[in-house]
Formats: sequence, structure tokens, C-alpha cells
Amino acid sequence: MEAGVTLLLEMKNVHKRYPGVHALKGISFTLRTGEVHALVGENGAGKSTLVKALGGVVSPDAGEILIRGERIMWSGPGDAIRAGVGIIHQELSLAPHLSVAENIYLGREPMRGLFIDRRKLEEDAASLVAGFGVDVDVRRRAGLLSPGEQQLVEIAKAISQNVSILAMDEPTSSLSARETDRLFHVIAELRGAGAGIIYISHHLDEVFSIADRLTVLRDGERAGGGETGDLTSEQVVSMMVGRHVEALYPRTFGEPGEVLLDVRGLSKAGVLREVSFSLRAGEILGVSGLVGAGRTEMARCLVGLDPFDGGEMLVGGAPFRPRSPADALKHGLVLVPEDRKRQGLFLNRSIRDNIVAMRLLQGLRRGPFVDGGASEKLAASFVQRLSVRCRSLFDPVLSLSGGNQQKVAIAKGLAVSPRVLILDEPTRGVDVGAKAEIHRIMDDLASQGMGILMISSDLPEVLGMSDSILVFRDGRCVSRFARGEAGPGELGERIMTAATGGNVDAGE
Amino acid sequence: MLLLAVMGLFATLDPAILRPGNLGNVLAQSAITGVCAVGMTFVLLSGGIDLSVGALVALSGAAAALACKETGLPVPLAWCLAVLTGALCGTASGALVAFGRVPPFMATLAMMAAARGCTLLFTRGYPISGLPQAFYTPGWASIGRLPISGLVFLSVACAAWVLLQRSPFGTHLRALGDNPETARLAGLPSRRITVTIYAISGALAGVAGVLMVGRLWSAQPGIGMGLELDVIAAVVLGGASLFGGVGGVGGTVAGVLIMGFLDNGLRMLAVSSYVQQSVKGVVFVGAVLLDLALKGYYRRDRGRDE
Repeated sequence: MEAGVTLLLEMKNVHKRYPGVHALKGISFTLRTGEVHALVGENGAGKSTLVKALGGVVSPDAGEILIRGERIMWSGPGDAIRAGVGIIHQELSLAPHLSVAENIYLGREPMRGLFIDRRKLEEDAASLVAGFGVDVDVRRRAGLLSPGEQQLVEIAKAISQNVSILAMDEPTSSLSARETDRLFHVIAELRGAGAGIIYISHHLDEVFSIADRLTVLRDGERAGGGETGDLTSEQVVSMMVGRHVEALYPRTFGEPGEVLLDVRGLSKAGVLREVSFSLRAGEILGVSGLVGAGRTEMARCLVGLDPFDGGEMLVGGAPFRPRSPADALKHGLVLVPEDRKRQGLFLNRSIRDNIVAMRLLQGLRRGPFVDGGASEKLAASFVQRLSVRCRSLFDPVLSLSGGNQQKVAIAKGLAVSPRVLILDEPTRGVDVGAKAEIHRIMDDLASQGMGILMISSDLPEVLGMSDSILVFRDGRCVSRFARGEAGPGELGERIMTAATGGNVDAGE
Repeated sequence: MLLLAVMGLFATLDPAILRPGNLGNVLAQSAITGVCAVGMTFVLLSGGIDLSVGALVALSGAAAALACKETGLPVPLAWCLAVLTGALCGTASGALVAFGRVPPFMATLAMMAAARGCTLLFTRGYPISGLPQAFYTPGWASIGRLPISGLVFLSVACAAWVLLQRSPFGTHLRALGDNPETARLAGLPSRRITVTIYAISGALAGVAGVLMVGRLWSAQPGIGMGLELDVIAAVVLGGASLFGGVGGVGGTVAGVLIMGFLDNGLRMLAVSSYVQQSVKGVVFVGAVLLDLALKGYYRRDRGRDE
């Protein structure tokens, strides 16, 4: 950095300790005006903590933060907002029962005398949201919006604060491809206006397409970085994991066996239309599509969480209509849901309690009581088999990293020895190392004859792991592609085209 | 809507219920619960609960009555003292919640015990009567057929509605109950809001205390036991959520009046008081179930997310 150029933001030697974790070990970080600086690293590397320190959400234990050369000390998030630092946090953080407009201007309501100027509030919000090309009624309750729309509202909220520094923590995790494009457009505008942007993402392709510089964090330390033009994604990945990732998609393809699950014309009013497919033993069937295309809804129907109106399911050749998840479980169908924190795990309970949670329905009893010894043995065997990294079986799941939490969620499903395993976004928000491990587990399971239905928005994952790929759009299964039908690049394009409705050659 | 249903039901059973005189009665009888319920609406919206209102009604009434009788404090100032007493106690519970991170249930339960104890201590357990007649006016008198206490209730409700719907404070407290993390990230002064909410609830309990003394023509140390539960019931009946973020003053007024008509109607129909209690229980559960059903909570595909 040449002298004379004032840095918009400079963080020097910042430390942050949480109980049991040294999250930031002396990180230094700079941001210039008109720059997009990406932060990458595995989960738990300290990216979010760094951004929280910048936003006054947590206060660093040591080190200093300078904005335009001036040292700042926040006493809370309000100070940061007033100083023009906007943060888009990883977790959606809208108040679900307030309207979209109220959410956007929360704490900064336009006033007329003593009262809120409602008309101005709604007009301002509407024009802001419209500027994003989003069709959302700002008087609607925020909780009624889809996750993608909520994410856009969050972004609009941050930008409306006249930010000069904007940090985005995984902003695209629930956005569709089109919405992501829109976001990149907005980022370009902000950058043109002289704002500095910190961009956190697991998606290296996004990072390379949008960032000027990148910094890799690993275990709370800077592991490398530089101008994005001088780096390759292989270099970045190896900086992130600090070891060589053998292969992200270890898959030994075999010949699929008998049909385990046959779905014929599955329909549910307003959600699913005539979905048909079959899943064979030893097969991984990828399910691709945009957020809201009906993939998760289909999974919920298959395991009896939601009823369906039409169509039938055959499990092992026999007709079966699940009435409840317990019913589906008896027939060997298990779902590992997409939101592991809310749906997949008992966060405050121990690893052991989580792993045996479903299995307890089937046994692990000694007389009327839980067989503690057997539970522990079972849990220990899964911890070892899935290489869950933990200190003890009795640690709460909450204390694990995202990847290890996901492994526990999968172990909970596997503990009941299902024949069909449905994984909904199995590697969302999981770091690269754990992702490869989860893929290895999936490969093992498939080669042992399990049928896996893998719902995923991560296209490389779908392409790398699946024997066949279903594409969903608007509640319909519009295409089925076989692996090797085309090269990965072309297949990927065909999938995207089918998912977005780009053309009408939808097969089957 | 439910209010109309209850009114309609009783009206068909006994048309006398809809006579203006009786409507005034219902309003007067609901006023004390109502004033407290408005304060409770704020508390429930913010995701808290206030169990101390019944005890604060007794304490503030007794404090005002004592000051008026023993030191000859002018009546209007005595009323202010009642409100101030309630507000101070509310501030104390609010501070416990906001700064001491004590769960609202425990903080206000402690306040309930302490306030009740103080009341008994100051009054030595005896009711205080023989106050200047003016002291009783708000709780007892009426202008034409309109009881003053009912008027107090309705004006408090209007003021609260304006505060909730039109001021930033209202939006902020709903945000706080809806998603505390959002409130914090938006830089809202969460602690100050919390303290203010409990202070308002306490102050309104003080107002109710004055009304109560007027209605009984004396300050009774043991009055208001279990009142907090009636109040919470009325607010929840009015559509508020015990988990925060959902509710409103309009609903609360309706909830209070439903309870009022229920009481009044059963009495007019000469239902024995033991049966009255049980009927109230049944109606209450029925109303909440109906409300949930209308909101679609029992549709299976709604899932467990909400």
C-alpha cells in the first residue's frame, strides 16, 4: 500500500477470546475505498467474529480498529451503524412480526413531530426495495417472506444506512442465481460510489468473480491472501485447509441395485405437481433446483411430515403412504433436514443423546429403561465412523463446529439403519474439509447399498456426487440427467437452464 | 368478533344485558382489569410477563390512602403518589430484568411478594377507610351513565394505542419481543426500553389502585390477589402471544370486555358463583382454541416452525 492513500479501515492485531476458544489471534486487515475485499476460510476460522468486532457486536480483547485513520471504540452496534458501518449477518435477523418497512428502518424511523411518519416510512422502503428489483410489499410481515426475499431485505436494510463500509457474511446462502446477480450489481454500484465492501463466502467462484483482494483465515490467524488476480482457487483452498484436499468429491460409482423407492405422480396442491422418480440401492440421486422449487417439500412428504394429495409411493416394491415420520422410519426412510440447528439437532443435548435420539424409538432398552451402556457404545461407534471431532461424547452439540454438527445430524439418521437416506443440503455452511468428509461418508453408505436422495443447491456437489440428477422447477420434476450424459461443465449448464426455465426441452 | 359473539349470546338469553345502564356496569367492572391489561400488553409484546400488578394495585392504593389520611396530602397529589409508587416498583422489576438478567417471571414474582408484604406491613393488615370523598370519585362516580373509571380505562387504552402504533417506542418494543437479536443489532437501547415497559405497567397498576380504592370505598391490603392472572388472560384472549411480538391494544380492550361481559352475563342469568368460575375456565380455553383455529394453527402442513 502506497503512502498517501488513506485506508478506509484498518484492523491491527485484533484478538478475541470466547470461553474455550481463541477466535481471533492477532488479525490485521485493511480495506480501501472502492474495494471488495473477500474473507474466506473454513467455518470457525474467525471470519464472522472479525466482522462482529467491526460492527460493535462483540468487543475485541486486544488490538485496535481504525476508520479513516481514527481509532474507534464502539459501545454497541448502534455506534457502528451511526458511523456508517453496515453488517449483514449470517443468520437472518429480521423481526418476523414487524412489516418489511419497519424492519428496514428499525431504530431510524422517519419522524413527523412525536410520531412515526408512516407514509414516508413505507414510501422510502418501497423505493429502496424496488431499486433492488424485488417485488415485495413493504407492508407485509417480514416473517411471511421467503428466505431469499428476507435476505434481500436485510441487504436493503444495511445499504439504506448510508454505509461507507459494508460487511456481508454469506449473503448468497439463500439467494437464487438471479438474486445473486442482482446483489453483485448492487455491490458494483456501492463500490463505484466509494464504499468498501467486506465479502465473506464459502463459494470461491463468487469470491473470484467479485473481489479485488482476498484474505484467508485459518484458526483465527491470517493464512494468506493477496490480489485475487494473482491467486488460483487451488492455492486458496490449500491455504484454507492447510493441507491438501485429496478430492472434494470422492465417489466410487458402482452398478445400482434394486429399486428401493418408487415415487409416482406425487402431488400436493400449490406445492408439488406429478413428481415421479425412482431410487435404487447404491445410488446417490442428486436433486437440484432453485430455492422454493419444491425440493424440501417433496422430502417432507416422503417421510410423512406433510400429507400429499395425489400419487403413490412404493417402498421396496410395496405401496406405502407415510402417515408420520415414525411410520416412514419403520419403512426405512429417514430425512436429515436442511436446518440442522432448528430441525436436525437438539443443540443443548450431548452428542450421545443426539445420535441415539431416533434409535431410542426402536430399542436400546433394558427392561423399561434406557440402556446407557449400549447407547454410549452406539454413539461412540458413529463418532468414530464419521470422524466427528469432539472431546467427549457428553459435550453439547452446540460446542461443535458446523461440519461436526452436521455429521452428528447424519449419525442420528444413520443410527436407525435406514435403507433410504434423504439429505437436505447436507453440506450447507460446512467448511471444505468437513464437506469432503461428509462426501466420503455418503460414498461409503452408497457402496454399502443404501439409496441416498441428496437435495443440494451446490451445483458442483450435485455434479460430483450423483449417479443421476433430478431438476425441480415450480413444484415439478422437470428433468432427469444421468452422470456422464455430458461433461460436467455442459451438464451444469443444462441443469441451470432446466432449473430456471430457460428453455422447454424438459425431458421425461 | 368473539366479543360480539359473547354479547350476542347473552343478549339472546337476557336482553337486559344490552341496556345502556348495564353496559356502563360492565365498563366500570372491567376498568381495573382493563387499565392493568393495557400495561400488560406492553409487557407481553416485549416478550416478558408481569406478575406483580395485583400486588401493586394493593400497594399503591394503600400508599396513597395512608398518605392522604395520615399526612393530609391533597387528593390529587395522593393519586399521583399511587401512580408514582407503581411506576417505581415497575422500574425496579424492569431494572432486575434488564440489568440483572433475571427472567421476568422471577423478577416480577419477587416484586409481587415484596409489594404484598409492604402493603400488609404499612396497613398492619387493616383496611384504610374514611378518606375524603373526592378520593373515591374516579373509582365510583359516573357522568350520566358513563362511569368515570370506564372513561379512565378507555383513555388509557387510546393513549397506549397511539404510543404503540405511532411512536418509535412502540415499534421498538415490538421488535424487542419479536427478535431480541434484531433489536440489539439495530442498535436499539434494549435495556432502557425494557425498564420503561415495566415502569409503564407499574404506573398503570397505580392508576388501577386508585380506581380500586374508589370502588371499595377503602384501601384493602389483601385486594388484587390473582388479579394478574385475570389480566394476563384478558390480554392473551385479545390475541397477544406469551412469547412476545404479537398483540395490540385493540385486542386487549376486546379481551377485557369479553371477560367483563362473561362475568356480568353469568351474574345476570343468576348462575351460581361456583359454576361461574368453571364456565369462565371453559370459555377461556374455548376462545383461545377458536382463535388458534381461525389463525390456521391446526393446518397440518403449517409444520412446527411457528
